[in-house]
Amino acid sequence: MKVKRDGVSQFVVGFGYVIVSVFAILCFLPFLMMVSASFSTETTIMKQGIGLLPKDFTVRAYQVAFLSPKYLLGSYMVTILMTACGTALGLFLIAMTGYVLQRKDFAIRNKLSFYIYFTTLFSAGLAPTYLWMTKYLHLKNNYLAVFLPLLMNPWLIFLMKNFMKSIPFEITESGKIDGAGDFRIFLSLILPMAKPALATIGLFLALGYWNEWYNSMLYIPNLDYRPLQYYLYRIINEAAALQQSTAGANITVADLPSETLKMATAVLSIGPVIFLYPFVQKYFISGITVGAVKG
Amino acid sequence: MMRKMQPQNTAALPVAKLASRSRMWNNRTLILMSLPAVIYFLVFCYLPMPGAYIAFTDFNYHAGIFGSRFVGMDNFKFLWKSGKLWLLTRNTILYNLAFIALGNLLQIFIALLLNEVRLKWFKKLSQSLMFLPYFISDVLVGLLAFDILNSDYGFLPSLIRAAGGAVPDFYSNPGAWPPIIILTNLWKSTGYGSIVYFATICGMDVSMMEASQIDGANALQRIWYILLPNLRPTVVILVLFSIGGILKGNFGLFYNLVGSANAALLPNTDIIETYVYRTLMNQFNFPYSTAVGLYQSVFGFIIIMIVNGIVRKIEPDYALF
Repeated sequence: MKVKRDGVSQFVVGFGYVIVSVFAILCFLPFLMMVSASFSTETTIMKQGIGLLPKDFTVRAYQVAFLSPKYLLGSYMVTILMTACGTALGLFLIAMTGYVLQRKDFAIRNKLSFYIYFTTLFSAGLAPTYLWMTKYLHLKNNYLAVFLPLLMNPWLIFLMKNFMKSIPFEITESGKIDGAGDFRIFLSLILPMAKPALATIGLFLALGYWNEWYNSMLYIPNLDYRPLQYYLYRIINEAAALQQSTAGANITVADLPSETLKMATAVLSIGPVIFLYPFVQKYFISGITVGAVKG
Repeated sequence: MMRKMQPQNTAALPVAKLASRSRMWNNRTLILMSLPAVIYFLVFCYLPMPGAYIAFTDFNYHAGIFGSRFVGMDNFKFLWKSGKLWLLTRNTILYNLAFIALGNLLQIFIALLLNEVRLKWFKKLSQSLMFLPYFISDVLVGLLAFDILNSDYGFLPSLIRAAGGAVPDFYSNPGAWPPIIILTNLWKSTGYGSIVYFATICGMDVSMMEASQIDGANALQRIWYILLPNLRPTVVILVLFSIGGILKGNFGLFYNLVGSANAALLPNTDIIETYVYRTLMNQFNFPYSTAVGLYQSVFGFIIIMIVNGIVRKIEPDYALF
């Protein structure tokens, strides 16, 4: 159906293009600025300030970042390992829980849902949790203190439950008739059908692990190899951490391009996310959409 | 006699109890499968809860939680009398109200305009760019804000300096921070939120739009008489539930934007989360930190209960429980 557009509608469309463009550019500009700053010469930036394009283009900051890459590469290792293991294990547990919670023949499913949901309504608070993790579970300076809290959360479990609901119950029943147990049905019938859900929720999990800095700050501030975003946090906020990042390299504090080095580290820390971004974006959108509409 | 009694006794057991027992037996694999989650939430959410008792003690680390002296409501009284509790509550609620009001307005505005745009590649590209801030950590948000705002080499002050104006020093001016924090929050969350609304618009009944076009409605009339009224239930529910979380602040955003060392900015930027963190990790004051956290949990719980009651009245399908 083709309808001729009147003046008002044409104006609204034009207005739409302008406003959406402006907002999209505003969202993007800080990133451009950061990348440009990381390719700029430190002294020029200090004199003229950061611009939208590199000033006196140089890769010096990146060279310095890799002069003595022990800590940077260690951070990459920690983050990549945690992201891979956390996403795989978390995804399996969340999928299993989500599947069980929506099984109509599971007698205590509502009680169980509330048991999980209640943790979003009421929480112990930071201090009791901190004390519990450090004094009673003895997880201070242990990577598990960062790994475990991100493994599961009620929001992702209910998102998974809603996805699982859309898989017909007949699939489960057919498995039962063939004599498969519930775990077997989940593993070989349900999981393969839940691929879009696994992709979406896996991405949320992976992003959570990749961007983790908070639990690191609480529980593992003294470990040598820090998760990437916490490594960045320390470099930004502590001169000592900045110097340590180039420790062993033959460079004096005065020669250290400290501000551009921060930018270069920041660019390196989001590099993989930005690179994967175009491929994963549609899964995020589908996740948001399902999550927003309660099923 | 005895032999006769036994079967009778079994039969006397309530039928419902037997049925439930056999149902549990049938569900045994499902129960096992849910066990990891049950243990997980027990260990990381429920078991720390008794620790909230610290709020009523003069906590001593070595004596432990229940070995410390009970002081009743003294910690709360002090926090209330010093005006701290009120300041934190006020800041947290005012920031959240600004986030909710401005955030939703901007999100709906962008979603409606995104819906008018026809070029496919433009839609895709602009969505990708708007979504970008959602993907980065708050640490990075803090760094980007510093790059834009700091008076030494920041983007904005440098522009102002080049234009010959007086260079603003944001990091020593508390009054500048409410707008900065609100704008940063809008920058980070608008793309995400507008896609929720955009998806709702895309899911609407197409025949309504077609009918309106045949009747000669222009784009503005379509937005005003069809899209907005149809969007209303979604808006109401989303806003109500954000109000349910009005006592919860975004620690990462505030902490990375302002930092914990800059005390001059705190009266305008301190929220419950940042205070709870600072008192615990910088001052090691467990009782005050716990007291404020408990206060937040209890009142947050009451508020979400009230909100859920309201939602159940106006739109039962959307109620949380």
